[in-house]
Amino acid sequence: MLYREAGDFKTSYVADGQTFPIWFDRMRYYAVLAIAFGVIPFFVNDYYANAVLLPFLIYSIAAIGLNILVGYCGQVSLGTGAFMAVGAYAVYKLMTAFPEVNLFFHVLLAGGITAFVGVMFGLPSLRIKGFYLAVATLAAQFFLVWLFNRVPWFYNYSASGQISAPDRTVFGMLVSGPNAEAWAKYMFCLVFTVGVAFLARNLTRGMQGRQWMAIRDMDIAAEIIGVNPLRAKLMAFAVSSFFIGIAGALFFAVYLGAVEVGEVFGINKSFLVLFMIIIGGLGSIFGSFAGAAFLVLLPVLLKNVLVGGLGWPTDLAAHVEFMIVGLLIIVFLIAEPHGLAQLWRVAKEKLRLWPFPH
Amino acid sequence: MNAQMHPQDGYTTADGRNIGPVLMEMRNITLRFGGVKAITDISFDIREGEIRAIIGPNGAGKSSMLNVISGFYVPQDGEVWYKGQKRPPMKPFQVARLGIARTFQNIALFEGMTVLDNVMTGRLNHMKSGLIAQAIWKGRAEAEEVANREVVEKVIDFLEIQAIRKTPVARLPYGLKKRVELARALAAEPSLLLLDEPMAGMNVEEKEDMSRFILDVNDEFGTTICLIEHDMGVVMDLSDRVVVMDYGKKIGDGTPDEVRSNQAVIDAYLGVAHD
Repeated sequence: MLYREAGDFKTSYVADGQTFPIWFDRMRYYAVLAIAFGVIPFFVNDYYANAVLLPFLIYSIAAIGLNILVGYCGQVSLGTGAFMAVGAYAVYKLMTAFPEVNLFFHVLLAGGITAFVGVMFGLPSLRIKGFYLAVATLAAQFFLVWLFNRVPWFYNYSASGQISAPDRTVFGMLVSGPNAEAWAKYMFCLVFTVGVAFLARNLTRGMQGRQWMAIRDMDIAAEIIGVNPLRAKLMAFAVSSFFIGIAGALFFAVYLGAVEVGEVFGINKSFLVLFMIIIGGLGSIFGSFAGAAFLVLLPVLLKNVLVGGLGWPTDLAAHVEFMIVGLLIIVFLIAEPHGLAQLWRVAKEKLRLWPFPH
Repeated sequence: MNAQMHPQDGYTTADGRNIGPVLMEMRNITLRFGGVKAITDISFDIREGEIRAIIGPNGAGKSSMLNVISGFYVPQDGEVWYKGQKRPPMKPFQVARLGIARTFQNIALFEGMTVLDNVMTGRLNHMKSGLIAQAIWKGRAEAEEVANREVVEKVIDFLEIQAIRKTPVARLPYGLKKRVELARALAAEPSLLLLDEPMAGMNVEEKEDMSRFILDVNDEFGTTICLIEHDMGVVMDLSDRVVVMDYGKKIGDGTPDEVRSNQAVIDAYLGVAHD
């Protein structure tokens, strides 16, 4: 068997600490990257980009961001939608104010602005925990959406109150606006997704991640070891919001192109991303991807099967789709409360020994 | 054990170890919770290199004393002196930076993390690379991680927990968890190690193991240890000097032999007829 630890000896701590310690895993990861960068851009069309790939990539970023806060640091947040909105409005203001600047930097800067806002709303976490903190972040959700709706400066006084993305380029390549090509949008989002996953993985495997997990598992013991709870929690809010802000900026500028804040970044979005990390697995980068894939791909798959395959009317299919997705979520959570990432981990542990059980 | 006291420069124990000058001194500590006095006017010192025990019946205020030392409680009265300086009121994480590590009576490990990660967390105050360096990983953060991993591996070897290195702590039995918690505290390379009932709930064999580890830590690293323990046999064997507390007051202080023959201590433990 290829999938073996046996014989795969590590002779340095660097080799022992790598993200994919098993050779086969590592090769598969490189293969996925090679396909994502080298193959898909040549075949992607508008439908696949808009229905599957872009939402998957962008929600993965948001899920990784939220997972750092909820899964690694244990601070429950229901403000994801609002923080995505901060990213979206920040990038909109930047795009319209500095049209000649590379969109890449605008997106990063939008993430930075969101990080700042996130830290502001993270301050209560020093005093309140658990459900109470969730309610406090809910305040952020409603306040920020209200702010973006009511203050015309944010949507540049447009008549509709919407924001819409103008044509902007990255190194001469058009990535936003109605004329952007599917492959360009895809590549732009992919670079961000891979980058965010890379940074998140490094942060969570190092001392910063250990501090977050220590706060999550037992804050008293964390403090006695030397973790400054204020700093660790605010750092989690900052990093988490930075990623969520990037996701929001991409969601608006690259994916949707036009946004009405209450509809797109409402409380539903917060719950959707939260469900992604719960189903995918709290405290796992892979789980963030798995959860995003599950909630993005499953509805598309069901729609294709029900409408395209079985010939059901669209409205009926839409309703049945809700029921099936809901049912599957419940089944998954009963079967494996720790999410898809845990299922994957268990499968790997079994595979290590397969076909000899002992 | 007949200790020969030299108040300024320490003393030599009966088994020939040299005990250094005062590392930490508690001066007239009083701690109140509302109307309840948990600790009343207690003074004692801990010297460099010694094993100092705090004993007393349940509710005597031993754990409260440890919590004062580690910064969870701020006493209403009294001063804490550490390394010759008066310590201002501090948060626990600031106390940790002074080189004081501790374990808890009921294990306080990070259940969701592996043994290795738990012990690595103990290296927190020795790792300096910032958020950006860690996010990029290659280079500074990785080098620092490897350097500290080497220290951690020494601690893991020392406490003989190599086999469970990658096991999530939640899966370990009680005795091993206690050992991992000691490993995490040791990884910090503390100058003062506080152990709150390191042998609670252990069987005889596990107690023997833990006693050996405590003695070895003191012997090999020269770590000063302050421990709370209920098992009198263990306390009398391990410690150089003992503080005895009862109802928040200090009723005895001295070598195990002195404490054993102290009438107030005998009364507190065996009870005394009240008129």
